[in-house]
Amino acid sequence: MLSVRAMALGYRSIVAVRGIDLDVGAGELVAVIGANGAGKTTSLKGIAGALPVRAGSIVLDGEDITRLPVHERVRRGLSLVPEGRGIFARLTVAENLDMGAYLRRDAAGVLADLDRSYTLFPRLGERRRQLAGTLSGGEQQMLAIARALMGRPRLLLLDEPSMGLAPLVTQRIFDTIRSIAAERVSILLVEQNARAALELAARAYVLEGGCITLAGAAGELLSSDAVRRAYLGE
Amino acid sequence: MPRLPASAAALFAAPRTPLARSVLTALAIAALLLAPFLVDALLGRAWVRVLDLVLLYTMLALGLNIVVGFAGLLDLGYIAFFAVGAYLYALCASPHFGLHLPFWLLLPAAALVAGVFGMLLGAPTLKLRGDYLAIVTLGFGEIIRIFLNNLNAPINLTNGPQGITLIRPIEVAGVSMAKVHTIGPLSIPSLYNYYYLFLALTVLVVFISARLQHSRVGRAWVAIREDELAASASGVNTRNMKLLAFAMGASFGGIAGSLYASFQGFVSPESFGLMESIMVLCMVVLGGMGHIRGVVLGAALLVTVPEALRYVGGWQRSLLGEVLVEPSDLRLLLFGIALVLVMRWRPAGLWPSAIRQREFARTAGRGLDPGPGPGQGPGQAGRQERPH
Repeated sequence: MLSVRAMALGYRSIVAVRGIDLDVGAGELVAVIGANGAGKTTSLKGIAGALPVRAGSIVLDGEDITRLPVHERVRRGLSLVPEGRGIFARLTVAENLDMGAYLRRDAAGVLADLDRSYTLFPRLGERRRQLAGTLSGGEQQMLAIARALMGRPRLLLLDEPSMGLAPLVTQRIFDTIRSIAAERVSILLVEQNARAALELAARAYVLEGGCITLAGAAGELLSSDAVRRAYLGE
Repeated sequence: MPRLPASAAALFAAPRTPLARSVLTALAIAALLLAPFLVDALLGRAWVRVLDLVLLYTMLALGLNIVVGFAGLLDLGYIAFFAVGAYLYALCASPHFGLHLPFWLLLPAAALVAGVFGMLLGAPTLKLRGDYLAIVTLGFGEIIRIFLNNLNAPINLTNGPQGITLIRPIEVAGVSMAKVHTIGPLSIPSLYNYYYLFLALTVLVVFISARLQHSRVGRAWVAIREDELAASASGVNTRNMKLLAFAMGASFGGIAGSLYASFQGFVSPESFGLMESIMVLCMVVLGGMGHIRGVVLGAALLVTVPEALRYVGGWQRSLLGEVLVEPSDLRLLLFGIALVLVMRWRPAGLWPSAIRQREFARTAGRGLDPGPGPGQGPGQAGRQERPH
């Protein structure tokens, strides 16, 4: 579904990501783990189109999307849930979800998906007329994911969904991600919480200093010595 | 938030029955149509002129409201588009070039040319936000004014600081706005003519604003205002939508400008300084950013209050025998105080939209109830906490 080849990215004179290869298969849940500043968010921004790629290519379902702007990638089924959630704080929950369906023209389908969001996230249903900025951190993260789903993406890019959340709330978010993956939506998950991410994903990449240093089945990485030492604190 | 007395609250509350609603609408329309006659009879002819200016500034403020209120792009050089519209009209309908193009051609041309200028400003500033954008737009506004001031040599395009005089009054379908017309027993002076013309165009501008706000375009603007990355991740073409906001806002300003030129009969660069930009911004912010009715209220207040202050000079003279405080100084002082008070007590503006009212009511309520809601994690405030 998604294949990234030799992608390099940076900010001004700083090279943040030095030519990474990365694949996500149809319906697959893939995680990218790594420390602060390893280039995780930068990579995701490059894939989403929010940061121009310096070298390499990004191919989505056989189409080269390397030079497409963000909204054109959204149109092709690639949806980003930005780091720090990026909800529309001064719009209501319902209006946020409505924005997620911005590109869709099938009013009936949007309405059905809205109901589905409220089933998937009952708390959002309870608060649909509330301003999104007044939600708790966990609810905001749920809203950000629900909004991305309103666009019916085929590939969901999740940037640190556990950021700033209590362990219990993180667990709930991860359960939700699992159930989204079960509906055959491909997911690329960037996470600092390595254990939770590896327990959730089928495959994973380890990003270090802008390079992929390890890749493989999540279960294998979870039991590999290098990962245990560096990311699981054992 | 200060509570309105019950009677005033009832006045502003949406009427419940359809009958009450249509009666109120009819009354409002009648009031708007009779306004110049009433104002003339009660306050004098000078106030009809103020009424005309209120409408003119309402159009201008609603244009800026698109850029600042809807799309959240802080524009401190907005008066430049007013200037573009005014000079376009002045140059094409005055003896300066000997051109006398008709109004129905110049009005859309002003909208178009100002819109193009809006895009000229928008294109290089697409990546800027907040204070950086404010500085660039401020510079843009000054550049336009300085050009108008200096383009009298080597070729005399704008007539420099002297400005352009003898601008032709608007003529709609053979009816000149400058002449007194009589319909039966009624005599309609020039200021009335302008009032009705401006009223029609203001209604049009209000209508377009309201339609835009609830359209796909309006939602895209609001999304950009709230979070640009999230907006583009929702599929909004942020580049085009920002350019559109600049162009639409500018074209409203251009229309208002061309009306202003013909209304005054004279334009000069000094009418388009930074203070004017700030004044229009104050109308938007004081009234209620992003809320059309609030912006109309803001424009009405900021045009009428300074006029009312003129009386203060006369009172001083009759009471004290001399003018101690110049009304124009008093004006700035009062505006300053008003801005501080509004920002302190009604930060969303005097008449904010319902949703903004809710927002500020909530923030106020929060201080009273610090207890975390159910399911609220300890990292609730951690949005930008951790650098990555």
